[in-house]
Amino acid sequence: MMRIISALVLLFAGTLAFAAGGGDNLESSGANVHDIASVQRGAGLFFNYCHSCHSAQYMRYQRLAQDLGLTEEQVENQLMFGDVAITDYIKAAMPTESGNWFGKKPPDLSLTTRARGADWIYSFLNGFYLDGNEWNNTVLANASMPHVLWELQGIQRPVLETYADEAGQEHTRIAELRLNTSGSLSPAEYQSAIRDLTAFMVYLGEPAVLERERLGVWVLLFLVVFTLLAYLLYKEFWRDVKK
Amino acid sequence: MSKPASNLARGVESFGNWVDRRLPVSAFWKAHISEYYAPKNFNAMYYFGSLATLMLVLQIVTGIFLTMHYKPSAVEAFASVEYIMRDVEWGWLIRYMHSTGASFFFILVYLHMFRGLMYGSYKSPRELVWILGVFIYLALMAEAFLGYVLPWGQMSYWGAQVIISLFGAVPVVGDVLVEWIRGDFFVSDATLNRFFALHVIAVPLALLALVVLHLAALHEVGSNNPDGVEIKKNKDTQGRPLDGIPFHPYYTVKDVFGVGVFLTLFAFVIFYAPEFGGLFLEPDNFNPADPQVTPPHIVPVWYFTPYYAILRAVPDKLMGVILMGAAIMVLFALPWLDRSKVKSIRYKGLGSKILLAVFAVAFVRLGMLGMGTGTAVETIESRIWTFVYFAFFILMPFVTKYEKTKPEPERVTK
Repeated sequence: MMRIISALVLLFAGTLAFAAGGGDNLESSGANVHDIASVQRGAGLFFNYCHSCHSAQYMRYQRLAQDLGLTEEQVENQLMFGDVAITDYIKAAMPTESGNWFGKKPPDLSLTTRARGADWIYSFLNGFYLDGNEWNNTVLANASMPHVLWELQGIQRPVLETYADEAGQEHTRIAELRLNTSGSLSPAEYQSAIRDLTAFMVYLGEPAVLERERLGVWVLLFLVVFTLLAYLLYKEFWRDVKK
Repeated sequence: MSKPASNLARGVESFGNWVDRRLPVSAFWKAHISEYYAPKNFNAMYYFGSLATLMLVLQIVTGIFLTMHYKPSAVEAFASVEYIMRDVEWGWLIRYMHSTGASFFFILVYLHMFRGLMYGSYKSPRELVWILGVFIYLALMAEAFLGYVLPWGQMSYWGAQVIISLFGAVPVVGDVLVEWIRGDFFVSDATLNRFFALHVIAVPLALLALVVLHLAALHEVGSNNPDGVEIKKNKDTQGRPLDGIPFHPYYTVKDVFGVGVFLTLFAFVIFYAPEFGGLFLEPDNFNPADPQVTPPHIVPVWYFTPYYAILRAVPDKLMGVILMGAAIMVLFALPWLDRSKVKSIRYKGLGSKILLAVFAVAFVRLGMLGMGTGTAVETIESRIWTFVYFAFFILMPFVTKYEKTKPEPERVTK
C-alpha cells in the first residue's frame, strides 16, 4: 500500500511542477514584498510614473498608510494627487487623456502581479527598446504603452541575430538589448528601482500578504502543539484497545 | 460544598430525562456515537471520511460569511471579491479558507473513494453506502463548478462557457437546453445569479441530505475495514462485536488527531501557498470576466481535469460528452462489477492489485493531461489512459471472478 501511495505522491508532485512551468524566459525579479523600505520606494515610483495613466481601483490610499508604515499625512502629501480623499480607491490621475493618447485604456494594475506574476512585471519594465522610432517590448510585443521610465533607464536598442528553425527557414530574433543612451540611473540602479516597483505591485495585488505570512507561523505553531497533544491523548485512550 | 453540585447534577439529569421522553437524544447518541461499534483495525486511510465531513462544515461556515459580502451581479461580483480580500476584516482568510477548502475537499474525497476501492467497501452489504457516496461526489462536482463561476474572473466566465456548452451536444434539444441553463443567449448576469442561488442553497441542501443518508446507510450495515472482515459475525455474549470498539471515545479521539494533522497541512497552504502554483487559484482568474476576450488556454480546475482529458480524447463532441459521463456513471455499477469472494485488496489476487494500481496511475495521469494545452501527443496519450481507465471497470468482473485469492481471516488482523 505504501508503494501505491508514494507512487501517487510522486505523480502528484510531477503534476505540480508541470503546472507551475511554462514561463517564457522571464527574468527573476528578486522582489521581496516583506522588505517594507523597498515597497515604499516602489510606491514612490508607482505614483510618480504609473499612476497618471493606471488605476489600482480595488485599493484605498488609507491602506497604504496602514501597511507601509507611513502616516496619513505622508500618503496625502507624497502619493495623492488632485482632489482625492484618503479613503478613496486609487483612480488614475489622468485616465481620459492617456486613453486618447495611446488608443487603448491602460489596464488597472491592482491585480497584475497575481494574473501575470512578479517576474513578468520586472521583465516587462526591463524589456523596453526603441524599435525604429517607436517603443517596443520584448515581453509584450507591440505594447501600446511607451517606456515611461526611459529617463531613468536610458534607451535600449536590440541586437538582432538570425537563426534557422526546424524546417531550415531563417528568421531574425532579438539576441539581447544594449543600452544605447544612458539614463539618470546606472543599469544596476535601474534594476534595483524596478525591483522595488515590482515589490510594491506584489503588495498591491494582495495587501493581506504581509499579515498572512506573519500570522501563518503562529497558526502553524498552535496547530503543531494541538496535534501533538491530540496524539498523546489518542495513544492514552488506545492503550486498552491495543492489548 | 457537595450538596449544591449534586442538586445541579440531579437537575441536569432530570432535564435530560424530560427531553429524552420527548426526543430520543440519548438513544441517538448511543446508536451512532457511544455504542456504534467500529472495527478496531482502521488504518490511516480511514481518516478521510471524518475529515471530509469537517471540510463540508468549514465550507458552509466560511461560505455563509462570504455571502454576507459577495455581490452576485456581473457588474459587481469581481470587485466584491477584491473587497472581501482587502476591506473586509479577515475577509482574505475566510476567502482563502473557502477557495483552498474546495481543492482540499476533493483531495479528501478522492482519497476516501480510493480507500473504498482498496478495501472493497462498496461490496455487499454496502452497495447503497457507495452509491450514495457517488451521488455526493456528483453533487460536490456541481457545487464546485457553480462556485468557481462566482468570482467572475476570466476562467470563471470561460470555464462556465465551455462546461455549459457541453450540454449543446445533446441531440435535437441541445441549443434550447444550453439557453435554458444560461438563462440568456450567452453566459451573463442571469447565469451568475442562478449559479449563486444553486451554489448557496440548492446544492448544499442536497449535499447535506446525501451525507445524512450516506451515514445512515453506513451505520445500518456497519463499517468495513482494511481486512474486509464483517465484525458483526463474531459477537460477545452481550451482542457486541468482538473486533469492534465504540466510536466514541476511541475514534473520536483518533479523528481529533487526524483533524490536527489535516488542519496543519490546510493552514500551511492557506497561509503560504493559497494559489498553490496556479492550481487552486488560476492566474487568469485575477482578470475580470471579459466576454470579448477569449483566453488562449481554458482549463478547468485540477479536480476536473481527468474527465476533461477524457472529453478531449474523443474527436466527436457528443461522443466525448458521453464517454466523460460514462467515466463517472460507471462508478455506480462498481458493487456489481466486483465478483471477488473477498473484499480487501490484501486478500485479492495479483490481477486486482495491478488493475487498481494502473487505474490510480491512469486517473492521475489523465488529470495532468487535462491541464495541458491539448497537443497531438497529449491527445494520443489521453486516449491510451482513457482506455486504461475504462479497462479497469471492464476487466474487473473477469479478473475478480477467476483470480486466485488468499483466504480471508476469521477475525481482523492488527
